Amino acid sequence: MGCEGPQSIVDPAGPIAREVTVLWWAMLAFSSVVLFVVTALWIYAMNRAPREYAADQEKRIHRRWIVGGGIVLPGVSVALLLWFGIPAGHRMLPLPVEGQQPLRVEVIGHQWWWEVRYPESGVTTANELHIPAGRPIDVEVSSADVVHSFWVPRLGGKVDMFPGMTNVVRLQADEPGRHRGQCAEFCGTEHAHMVFYVTVHDDAGFAAWQESMQP
Amino acid sequence: MTDKPCTDPQQLHDEFNDVWGNPRGWRALTIVNHTTIGLRFLITGSAFFAFGILLAMLMRIQLAFPGHTFLDADTYNQVFTMHGTVMMFLFAVPMMEGLAVYLIPKMLGARDLVFPRLSALGYYCYLFGGLILVSSLFLGIAPDAGWFMYTPLSSATYSPGPGSDIWLIGVTFVEISAVSAGIELVVSILRTRARGMALNQMPIYAWYILTMAMMIVIGFPPLILGSILLELERAVGMPFFDVTRGGDPILWQHLFWLFGHPEVYIIFLPAAGIVSTLLPVFSRRPLVGYSWVVLGVLVTGFLSFGLWVHHMFTIGIPHLAQAFFSAASMLVAIPTGVQVFAWIATLWLGRPVFHVPMLWLVGFLFIFVCGGLTGVMLALVPFDWQVHDTHFVVAHFHYVLIGGMFFPLMAGLYYWLPHFSGRMPSVTLGWWGFWLVFIGFNLTFLVMHWTGLMGMPRRVYTYEAGLGWDVPNLISSIGSFVMAIGLGTVLLDIVLHYRFGKAARENPWNADTLEWATSLPPNPYNFVSLADVHDRHPLWNDPDLPRSMAHGEHALTVIDHGRRETWGVDPLTGKAREIIHLPGNSWLPFISSVLIAGVCLSLLFGMYTLAAVFAVATLIVLFRWSWENGAHPAAAPDAKTQPGEPPLHSRTFDGPGLWGMGVTLLSNGALYLSLLFGWFYLWTVSPNWQVPDGPVFDASLLLASGAVLVVAVLWQRQVKRRLRQGLDDGLALRFAGIALLGLLQTGLILWCLLASDLQPTVTAHDAVITFMLTYNLVHGALVAISCGLQALRVRFGYVNAASPYEPLVIEQLWYYNLGVYWTTYIALVLFPMTWGVS
Repeated sequence: MGCEGPQSIVDPAGPIAREVTVLWWAMLAFSSVVLFVVTALWIYAMNRAPREYAADQEKRIHRRWIVGGGIVLPGVSVALLLWFGIPAGHRMLPLPVEGQQPLRVEVIGHQWWWEVRYPESGVTTANELHIPAGRPIDVEVSSADVVHSFWVPRLGGKVDMFPGMTNVVRLQADEPGRHRGQCAEFCGTEHAHMVFYVTVHDDAGFAAWQESMQP
Repeated sequence: MTDKPCTDPQQLHDEFNDVWGNPRGWRALTIVNHTTIGLRFLITGSAFFAFGILLAMLMRIQLAFPGHTFLDADTYNQVFTMHGTVMMFLFAVPMMEGLAVYLIPKMLGARDLVFPRLSALGYYCYLFGGLILVSSLFLGIAPDAGWFMYTPLSSATYSPGPGSDIWLIGVTFVEISAVSAGIELVVSILRTRARGMALNQMPIYAWYILTMAMMIVIGFPPLILGSILLELERAVGMPFFDVTRGGDPILWQHLFWLFGHPEVYIIFLPAAGIVSTLLPVFSRRPLVGYSWVVLGVLVTGFLSFGLWVHHMFTIGIPHLAQAFFSAASMLVAIPTGVQVFAWIATLWLGRPVFHVPMLWLVGFLFIFVCGGLTGVMLALVPFDWQVHDTHFVVAHFHYVLIGGMFFPLMAGLYYWLPHFSGRMPSVTLGWWGFWLVFIGFNLTFLVMHWTGLMGMPRRVYTYEAGLGWDVPNLISSIGSFVMAIGLGTVLLDIVLHYRFGKAARENPWNADTLEWATSLPPNPYNFVSLADVHDRHPLWNDPDLPRSMAHGEHALTVIDHGRRETWGVDPLTGKAREIIHLPGNSWLPFISSVLIAGVCLSLLFGMYTLAAVFAVATLIVLFRWSWENGAHPAAAPDAKTQPGEPPLHSRTFDGPGLWGMGVTLLSNGALYLSLLFGWFYLWTVSPNWQVPDGPVFDASLLLASGAVLVVAVLWQRQVKRRLRQGLDDGLALRFAGIALLGLLQTGLILWCLLASDLQPTVTAHDAVITFMLTYNLVHGALVAISCGLQALRVRFGYVNAASPYEPLVIEQLWYYNLGVYWTTYIALVLFPMTWGVS
């Protein structure tokens, strides 16, 4: 089993999704070590030959275990995780950028399809999202009925779509290609088939596509 | 008393059995004893578990191959919704409560839980509610909106069938059981321990259960409120969650997860309590760091109420709030880490012996630590944005729940099996059962993390080939069958051991706690005489206790008065304050629960008049139930105790009912606070919140009602003060007067409601006001009726200066009403003024 897949989180196709992939591998490595050490300690403690300890010795040992393993270890781990994790999360947010401005796209969830609108060009589509490579995309999502969740795993995180309110998620793709997206919040009978595709063009290709879609 | 001459244990047993014995045949439905009720919870929970497993198998067959057509979408959606609902509400919580109901009195050296009839009521509510839920699946009308019932999907518009109603009403019915057992466990642990057992000498399990029970008491009400509101929206159109009419679907998510996150720890903590109980026994030394562990448990319980938002990182809330909840969620790793390392240190410093329960403990450690680590990952917001609602999360919470709850439960089951049956299970079958479950589990769920990372969302009934999901899904499905075979082996072992198991010897594991001082299996009265306890390890310090207790060498050995008695102790020091006399077997709990089931079923069928009839009948039976109290002939008409013993609780100002009422009001208060939260949440956040231009109700009527309430409370206080001075002349008249004031207060609220311009089906604003006023109305009526009954009880001679404690119980309700009423007044009348609305 490789990491590739049309919806793989561990096969990112853009800088935003890549933030999470890097975090994941780092966390996996760290967690594996912790899991191994704790389990090994437990099994060793269970099987080693019993020893007699004086009362003060015993006290010292138990302090060491509880403070070292119970407080310092998780405390340091959590601090490390937040130290790297919070900035990574910050870089994924739809914050103002310098240079070329993000492309705005509106996506409205319906049971069980996606309505896509490009407010700048007036183009509308269904179940198809076309975006240019290398430019940040701000997807403004809402819902016409129940709660859905907008998600293109290889390009960015997911965000829930509610009736009567708008959420924004930022995507970005490195290069032209085609990616799969899927509703991630259970939304009724055909939830499993609420799928859409993202086609990434180069700049010229995107302009040509928009031109071809003009009513 | 200890100097009482020793009697023949058989004769003592016969005498005690006359008072405590369980009837057979139909009358077994009247049993209230905690041993029987606890076992019924465990057996019923296991049956629901088997059903939940069956549903899981159906899902795994469907997902084994891409495009598989074993189940259609509608069936699959019902199956996964019911799998979650059954496992959480009908298996995990009742199982843990059932075990605690069975063990707590024995461990604390008491004879029963403090409200035995309430235990029975809780059990029947659980059974009937569970049957209503499960039967819906066979009718093809089961809930299908997922076990967290997100609205608007679960609303009348998008789920028009009865499925969501069945969920909302059925689960609320089951929660009556959870909360009543929670209240009972809190009061029992605080008030009915062995004489001398101070709080810091309790077995560690009791600390875990105390925390769990408090969490149930506070954590379940938000969901109960949410369910009532959503059902009102579905049934009568009050738009609490409808965004077009000023409601907000996110409010449902908050209420759900305000319950849902503590729920995870409600399940985990008692399981960790099992680990902390078993490990020291098998390490043959006391638990290392008892105080650290207690502190860790309390901190976990406290933190768990501040984490609920981490289930909602993708809903678009402010990022600062996300960072806060992210850090808070990770902090739970610290108290959990303290416990894990206290366990390791216990093994390290002990002389471990290896038995089958230890296998399950090792399995627990590996799986739970793994689930804890992925939990910390998920608490990191950017990672959650990716894996939220994928199979990664499904894998994570199965690691936490099966690892953190099921494995310790199995360890506990094997450990206490000799206690239930008096026999030892088979080592070979136990060994096979464990390894099959352990391997099958990891095969299923370790691989499922990968399925999630490959982008497979949860709750999809099928998937296309070629997305990288085919192989891991097939492996998971195979693993789940290995696990199911393992579970079957365990079940076989348990069934066979009842017939073929070797007889267990006294205290077979050389444990330190008092439950092993009963006979195996135990008698309904647990102990003929109640030993004093002054340390954490009574059986290690005095291995002779089982014998001496059975020979009547300790306290409360006299039974010819025919009362079921246990100690009422000081919650902190364990000093005996009174003798608590417990009610005996009765049809009342069964009849009440049948009537409540009637209410639920008629609501489900939309027969609201019939539901009202059932509700009134339920109230009448419950008040009839409360009638057998204090000096009533069926309770304790004769107040005599042995020389040197403290008085009966009904002759003091200090009965357990005071604590029962207090904890119940705490739970009720949590419900009211959730309601208040909803009001302010909608007011500030809801996108289409509409406030009417003018006043919609007459606030002066509310002011008048509040004034009457103040007078009634003051009068009630004065009556109590007189009782404390031993004065009870004119008591009946005074109570009648207070009851009339209560009725007047209630009537004024009713007038305000009827005379108002409220349109509860048009705006969420009016819906919330209507609900809040009705809440006050119901409470006003309740306390007025209770007070009226007190007047009657005085006339019957059940309440007077010699039996003064019931009025104190009701007084708490008066104070509660007073607090809630004026808070309501501030929220509904004064708060809008500060927003410039008159």
